[in-house]
Amino acid sequence: MAKKDRSPKLDRRRFLTAAAVAGATGAVGSGKAGAANAGTTEAPARLPSALPPNAHVAAAEAGVPDIPPYASEGRPGSDFMVDVIKTLNIKYLPANPASSYRAIHESLINYGKNSMPEFLTCTHEECGVGIAHGYAKITNKPLMTLCHGTVGLMHATMNVYNAFCDRMPVIVLAGNDLDAAHRPPGVPTVHSAQDINAIVRDYTKWDDTPVSAQHFAQSFVRAYQIATTPPYAPVVLSLDDGLATEPVRDFGQKLYIPKFVPTAPPAGEAGAVREAARLLVNAERPVIVADRAVNTQRGMNFLVQLAELLQAPMVRERGRLNFPTTHYLGRPASVIAQADVVLGLELTDYWATVNKFVDNNAEGVGTITSTIKPGIKLISIGTLQLMTKANYQEFQRFQSVDVPIAGDVEATLPALIEAVKYALTDDRKNAIAQRGEAIRKDHEKGRDATRQAAAIAWDASPISTARLCAEIYAQIKDLDWSLVPSSGDVAGWPLRLWPMDKPYHWTGTSGGYGVGWGCPASVGGALANRDEGRFSVAIQSDGDLMYAPGALWTAARHKIPLLSVMHNNRGYHQEVMHVQRLSNFRNRVANLGNDLGPVGTSIMNPDIEYHKLAQSMGWWAKGPITDPAELGPAIKEAVAVVKSGQPALVNVWTQPR
Amino acid sequence: MQFVRVHLLLAAVATSFVAPGTALAASAENGKTAYVKNGCWQCHGYEGQGSVTTSAGRVIAGTPLPADAFTAYVRQPTGAMPPFSAAILPDADLADIYAYLEARPKPKASKDIPLLSGQ
Repeated sequence: MAKKDRSPKLDRRRFLTAAAVAGATGAVGSGKAGAANAGTTEAPARLPSALPPNAHVAAAEAGVPDIPPYASEGRPGSDFMVDVIKTLNIKYLPANPASSYRAIHESLINYGKNSMPEFLTCTHEECGVGIAHGYAKITNKPLMTLCHGTVGLMHATMNVYNAFCDRMPVIVLAGNDLDAAHRPPGVPTVHSAQDINAIVRDYTKWDDTPVSAQHFAQSFVRAYQIATTPPYAPVVLSLDDGLATEPVRDFGQKLYIPKFVPTAPPAGEAGAVREAARLLVNAERPVIVADRAVNTQRGMNFLVQLAELLQAPMVRERGRLNFPTTHYLGRPASVIAQADVVLGLELTDYWATVNKFVDNNAEGVGTITSTIKPGIKLISIGTLQLMTKANYQEFQRFQSVDVPIAGDVEATLPALIEAVKYALTDDRKNAIAQRGEAIRKDHEKGRDATRQAAAIAWDASPISTARLCAEIYAQIKDLDWSLVPSSGDVAGWPLRLWPMDKPYHWTGTSGGYGVGWGCPASVGGALANRDEGRFSVAIQSDGDLMYAPGALWTAARHKIPLLSVMHNNRGYHQEVMHVQRLSNFRNRVANLGNDLGPVGTSIMNPDIEYHKLAQSMGWWAKGPITDPAELGPAIKEAVAVVKSGQPALVNVWTQPR
Repeated sequence: MQFVRVHLLLAAVATSFVAPGTALAASAENGKTAYVKNGCWQCHGYEGQGSVTTSAGRVIAGTPLPADAFTAYVRQPTGAMPPFSAAILPDADLADIYAYLEARPKPKASKDIPLLSGQ
């Protein structure tokens, strides 16, 4: 028997407007992503941990929208699903087409008019997830992707894992046909599973298996909410083919679409924050270390404010940019050795921050040494404890910390800044100011040393990684540029040479270090930047490109401008070194075969002509560039192509790292 | 500092690996071949320029260490570098490698490179 609907009425148009407003402000969260594009330099005000809803949201919360009578019209379930999806303002859907989700595919492009989301054709599920991950790193907003049954979700797994390790949101829908009595025999049955989400459950934040239209609506909005509440992470819903294909049924209850309201991010407990401030203010040599800490300009501004208040050296790990490369308080990790207090912000590996592991013996046990002074106080702020999974070991070794604070860094920083201000006495202010002057001098010396290091092997062929990066920057420096998520390990030269002061200038590594992420992630980053009119450049490694080169085609097909400059060292260089290492430990001459690296590690004989690969998929491309004198002109030419709206690739033979 | 101290300690040991006169006969040209064949380039770059990710940023072009200390370190390294025994890398080849590194051209001053001086 149908329950009587006693809730206040709110017409659908008004509901969707309210939801859109909520989505616009909140997809990014009151404390975090909401200020992603604010770019303000104003001193932050104190913020409560939970913000009240605005008028639109409050009005929408009071009602349940009217939904068209799907059942009486015999409309397919997938049309209703598209209505649900559209309330979340998801802009793109990068996916490889598949029969297991044909119903929603048809609804998306016909009923949904291929808009919000727009379908982007991908050549592999790993590309779809990688593009979504790269997009999220620039925007802090999730895209959704669709995967084909068992095999498609299996294809997607590695990049789902990368997004999980990197704490970035992606919404994955996995096509499936659960009803064994009705699904077609043969291939569709092979591609179905009793619990398809199990494939990725160990490295997603949440999953569900909707069995009714209303269940789908609730679960999709819930999935979006969970994915976009710090710590961000991928989520997965199985998409039942029967549910999507058959006419929607409401089981006597009026269908509704739950309204999405962004969740205020978790902030650190006030007492612990005050204790952290007390330790930092009274320290003689405090050091701040930030990893996956800052996603927005607002957060970066907070971090600068905190570091300047304390005149504390700031060590940048590789999760995010976190802190401007131009700021004098940015210092190398070696300063940790002199610290009496370390504040770790969303560290992926606190243990490795205060310990050193050297892989230097034949048994692989290595040597471990502490890199900190006795009596040091360690503070952490982060969300590691808020999302734990047991199986995959991305949580790293355990490190005891004196003041561990569970909370989102950006949401906690305003309170920490206020607590530091409150704890600062005039005596401490004077001491802190003197400390700052010494750090400023060290910073200048460091900059000079870095530039001189870049000059070594300047004219070498293959081209040095320092020269590669200097040549790229020379061609883009006058543009609003973004070094998009990509894979090339070029010894950190962009971070050492390029002035970076915006989160989108560099967004950090893949998270899980799974090879095959770089190319699709760079396309996803460029997609996000295209909508902002921003110039995108990637440093693309050779080994990574060959895992998922199809993302190049997606970029050309959907007119995503991107300059991809290859760091082509013609090998799986990490493995080159590993096999050499083991050979030496075992006192054997490494067998090189006919290559430069040990057998099985080189990508040569024949050399891959990546420029021709890119050309075959619609890119402008040039290479291989081996003479450093030819590099600048080649990049200049490519920049002009990208500015015209096309992707361009320059294949450069480089030194190993 | 620790790096230097270790080399001083090992310098005496090193003399036993390099026969007197070996350095005089060393060939930078042969050294380039040995440098590549033995995988030195993997972590130190083809020009000995080093890398912060593979050699802690240490530059061996121009060989800042004396030959004895250099040899000692290659035979019994103290950091992340794997050891190269004489069975893998004969003394004569090592001497050639040293000569190759010594022969690397000195880099220009960064202030004289326009792309670096402006950054």
